[in-house]
Amino acid sequence: MFWEQLLNGLTLGSTYALIALGYTMVYGIIQLINFAHGEIYMFGAFVGLFLVTVAGADLFTALIGAMIFCMILGMLVERIAYRPLRGKSSRLSALISAIGVSIFLSTLMALIRGTNTTRYPNILEINTYHIGGLEISSLQIIILVVSALLMIGLQLLIQKTKIGKAMRACSQDLDASSLMGINVNRVISATFAIGSSLAAAGGVLVGIYYNAVWPYMGMMAGLKAFAAAVLGGIGSIPGAMIGGLTLGVMEIMGVAYLSSSYKDAIAFAILIIVLIIRPQGILGKKITKKV
Amino acid sequence: MEAFLTQYIDAYYLRIFVLIGINIILALGLNLITGVTGQLSMGHAGFMSIGAYTAAILTMQYQAPFWAALLAGALLAAFFGFLIGIPTLRLEGDYLAMVTIGFAEIIRVFFLNFEPGGKAVGLYGMPPNTTFVLVWGIVIVVILLNAKLLDSRTGRALYAIRENEIAAEASGIDTTRMKVLAFTVGSFLGGLAGGLYAHYMSYIAPQDFGFMKSIEILNMVVLGGMGSIPGSILGAVILTIAPEMLRIVADYRLLFYGGLLVILMIFRPNGLLGDVRIYDIKKRWFKKEVG
Repeated sequence: MFWEQLLNGLTLGSTYALIALGYTMVYGIIQLINFAHGEIYMFGAFVGLFLVTVAGADLFTALIGAMIFCMILGMLVERIAYRPLRGKSSRLSALISAIGVSIFLSTLMALIRGTNTTRYPNILEINTYHIGGLEISSLQIIILVVSALLMIGLQLLIQKTKIGKAMRACSQDLDASSLMGINVNRVISATFAIGSSLAAAGGVLVGIYYNAVWPYMGMMAGLKAFAAAVLGGIGSIPGAMIGGLTLGVMEIMGVAYLSSSYKDAIAFAILIIVLIIRPQGILGKKITKKV
Repeated sequence: MEAFLTQYIDAYYLRIFVLIGINIILALGLNLITGVTGQLSMGHAGFMSIGAYTAAILTMQYQAPFWAALLAGALLAAFFGFLIGIPTLRLEGDYLAMVTIGFAEIIRVFFLNFEPGGKAVGLYGMPPNTTFVLVWGIVIVVILLNAKLLDSRTGRALYAIRENEIAAEASGIDTTRMKVLAFTVGSFLGGLAGGLYAHYMSYIAPQDFGFMKSIEILNMVVLGGMGSIPGSILGAVILTIAPEMLRIVADYRLLFYGGLLVILMIFRPNGLLGDVRIYDIKKRWFKKEVG
């Protein structure tokens, strides 16, 4: 029982982590809570659905198609709604702009698809394996493996490539990076592209796992993922991974051992408690304020 | 007076005027926390729901007089605001934003499972005690007291915290006390508005006070102009009327609403009346000084 719940928690948590990465990467560079990120995730789920049902794609084609689509969508959102505001306004105006995009995108999808829940077709044969008394479905294995691969890929990208190096530089000091000849706008664009594609992957995986997608699915998922990013220490990439997994496990455990009607409250209660004890999040850096 | 109004003004317009009044109280409360003191709170609807449910339960189930129920709701909301104010001593910026989001979500889930509050169905049949005259009477008192507060030593201390917390502290401002004060007074106003709302609509349910409601109130403050009383009033007026005006585009209403937020932020990044204080307007009009 406990181990199975732990596995469920890790599965849920790895999807939170995929979304949380986008929040934390964008935040790390331009200190913006990108509230439209949940809607990018929702679009990812729908594009995946479209590819599977209309184009008859298999899971991995759908996954990659959704990632590419959201990559472009994310860059477009940044270009239209955030870049014109950069440098001349407070962070809060950018936040409101992000909320505007979020409302726009979810309404757009509701107009296209209607507000009802759509079922994902069964594109996989789901087998259940028993490993030492532990029940694990092939779906869970796929979600865990795909998330793990994406996260490893992201780590490599950030640590080993030139654009990754530029991203790290920008997250330390945007102005200094600009002075060193880094094209800051391009780096920010790339950050949105990468973050959005991870969210799209999360969307497709969640769509298959829960077998349902709907236009307003982005809001709660976005809030939870943001909570995960903050829990891990916002701006920190390993933090987002740990935060996502922790939140997923805690939530499933809370539902299993406490109460299912308080499901959404449990995640936030844990978050508040952790933040009161450790205000900078699990892996966040303590910032000494200077005048 | 009320009889006169209901006789000569169309019920639809009267209703919009009352909702504008309630929204002004909400916006002024949040303006104190976020606009003036600079503490990003994204859970104002949580305080509103505490006021609404407390007042509704008191008048319906305990036959309390309306004014007492209103006051009790506002005081309970203020108490929770005080509690939320305490972690702000350690948290800042977006960590605080996350705690306020989490708090409001926990309150919402609590009311979803709260037997005396009718659970998910909500409460209905509150006596419709909230009248046009009462709401606008309270609005005028709130505006005057708010202006008085912001033009006082305390008000300037609050602005100082927003501008630079360390400098404020170095100037001898008890930043802790001031921040908790802003939260307490702001959430008192939120609770008051909630009580008025409950006794105007005669129906409340947990989903009325979700994340989107908090965001709506924040939009009023930011759109109008952070820290400005006339700004918050203007923001409340525009964002109450806008959805009504947008009814002509029917299904596309929220699409326009979202787009409008983005466009307004791009062209007026500091809000429509960013930092215009009543004091400045007075100075401009009466002394003909141009700032």
